[in-house]
Amino acid sequence: MLKAFYYLLLRDMRLALRSRHELANPLIFFVLVVTLFPLAVMPTPERLQEMAPGVIWVAALLSVLLSLDRLFKQDYEDGSLDQLMLSPNPLVVLVLAKVGAHWLLTGLPLVIIAPLLGVFMQLSSESLSVLIWSLLLGTPVLSLIGAIGVSLTVAVNRGGVLLSLIVLPLYIPVLIFGANAIDVANDGMSVRGQLYFLGAVLALALSLAPLATAVALRITASR
Amino acid sequence: MWAWIQKFSSPKYFYDMSAKLIPWFAIPALVIGVYGLYLGFFVAPTDYQQGESYRIIFIHVPAAWMSLFIYMVMAISAGIGLIWQIRLADVIAASSAPIGASFTFVALVTGSLWGKPMWGTYWVWDARLTSELILLFLYFGYMALQASIEDQRMADKASGLLAIVGVVNIPIIHYSVEWWNTLHQGATVTKLDKPSIHIDMLIPLLLMALAFKLFYATMVLVRARNEALYRDRNRRWVRELVEKL
Amino acid sequence: MPDPTPSLLTTDKLECTRDDRLLFSELSFQLNAGEVLQIEGPNGSGKTSLLRILSGLRRADSGSVKWQHKDILHARDDYYANMVYIGHLPCIKNDLTTLENIRVLLDTRSQAVAADQVELALSRVGLAGFEDVTGKALSSGQRRRVLLAFLLLADALLWILDEPLTALDVKGVDLMESMILEHRDNGGSVIFTTHHGMRLPCEMKTVDLSRC
Repeated sequence: MLKAFYYLLLRDMRLALRSRHELANPLIFFVLVVTLFPLAVMPTPERLQEMAPGVIWVAALLSVLLSLDRLFKQDYEDGSLDQLMLSPNPLVVLVLAKVGAHWLLTGLPLVIIAPLLGVFMQLSSESLSVLIWSLLLGTPVLSLIGAIGVSLTVAVNRGGVLLSLIVLPLYIPVLIFGANAIDVANDGMSVRGQLYFLGAVLALALSLAPLATAVALRITASR
Repeated sequence: MWAWIQKFSSPKYFYDMSAKLIPWFAIPALVIGVYGLYLGFFVAPTDYQQGESYRIIFIHVPAAWMSLFIYMVMAISAGIGLIWQIRLADVIAASSAPIGASFTFVALVTGSLWGKPMWGTYWVWDARLTSELILLFLYFGYMALQASIEDQRMADKASGLLAIVGVVNIPIIHYSVEWWNTLHQGATVTKLDKPSIHIDMLIPLLLMALAFKLFYATMVLVRARNEALYRDRNRRWVRELVEKL
Repeated sequence: MPDPTPSLLTTDKLECTRDDRLLFSELSFQLNAGEVLQIEGPNGSGKTSLLRILSGLRRADSGSVKWQHKDILHARDDYYANMVYIGHLPCIKNDLTTLENIRVLLDTRSQAVAADQVELALSRVGLAGFEDVTGKALSSGQRRRVLLAFLLLADALLWILDEPLTALDVKGVDLMESMILEHRDNGGSVIFTTHHGMRLPCEMKTVDLSRC
């Protein structure tokens, strides 16, 4: 079972690394969106600092959203998804492997590049570390919840807008607490509460979302 | 027991039965609704802070209650449909969504109308209104998914699962919005959390809540009847029904 | 108590509707070890839907499918360890090599197979020398052949094949036929659909969906 998890994770990583341009796209999008904001307003340091948490987190949300298609679309189209569901291993474990790979390929790069954007937005070094922590705890939740959404819409033609309609409202708690943590850090206050909340949401999503995704995949396969 | 459920949940039985049930909900809904509005608009005392404009709560608050209540009904019946494969439960869930969305919309509009005299603006990012707005998006997501999957059975299952995921999320969303609100708004005048509400205000409020519930029951029966007919349009019982006309 | 029948797969009163159209109902049959079953029927009669139901991907509207007397929906792991389903879709990744593609398919089944056995299977399906060619460079016939190699290596009692002759040339058809016969002689079972006449010199059960 662990082997099945590991092999599938490895497969998805390998596949992604062989088409690197696709891998880079969400990341470039993330940087690009954040870059647009200072151009749209008067970029005084105070103003940017004030906007930074919201701008960076909304950009992260959208960038993850754009990358969600990769999670199941290709497997659905070439029939590999059927084979995954015919595996003697529990589907939940396979879902976790796929979501894990998705996070390593999109969430983690966002976390790594975020400090650069923090500097763009004039965040203090104190706030920068909070930014990293909030993304580190929050982005896996985005992948986990997103997986439910894609598995429900992967069979729908032009399901992109539908996917965002389904998934974005469910992202709101992560957005609120993630952005607020940075906001509070800007004011030099303790962010422990916000990070604890994000951790709790992550634990909840980790235990429930793969189950829901597995059920959703079975529904999608029953065409 | 199982046989009984099977019998009761067969679309044909439901179609015949609901025709008899509808008046039993529709008439009380109308009577109680009119009486509740009369009490609320003409009998209840004027609020010492907000004057007459507060009277919109007799529509706003019950509508907001209904918006959540219907989402719950929707998720529960979708769950029943998903687990026990009872088609009628899926029909109820699908028919509830537009009604729930309408109540949510009414709650939003009345809330912002009320906001004008209170806050001097039509929209304030108040926790209650924001939660309602997100709830409206959840309804839209459900309805969009339901509409975009061709195969009816798959559409029911997929949107049903989404409704259940939504129900798990609603408390989390609600809590986060509430918390976000206390942080950003500071001291907002909370609308209903006053320590005590005057009994002459409470009675029409509860009457209106009851009337809305009965109205929902009427509407969901009407819609589910149509939906059941439409879905079974190629089955024998519907054909026989049409031939009789 | 010994098993009264050696039946592998039994279906009980299967019913399937698609977009409100009844495809088949009251479909019951039994498949024993060493038997080959052909599903017949015109386009749109529900052959693919039936195979997806038999593999547990799709749920029947009523009725059940049992693997060795257990409902497949309740004993998926046992069933899937013994069954391979191959549908219309290629299941081949464009960016992976032939060898990697086979490994991925076998890993999904949690099957460890020695490298020389993989080589053997590849040469049998006529893909010797294509080990390191990526999926996008393969023709559609060659992609099917990769799946045939997978079928040879997957240690499964039951094969469920949807149109197995699609995209195969004359030699490929011969290969497929000989593989089915061999599998049958080893005590395995096969369920398949086909438009092309597959003439197998052996006893075959048939289920005709146009009569269900």
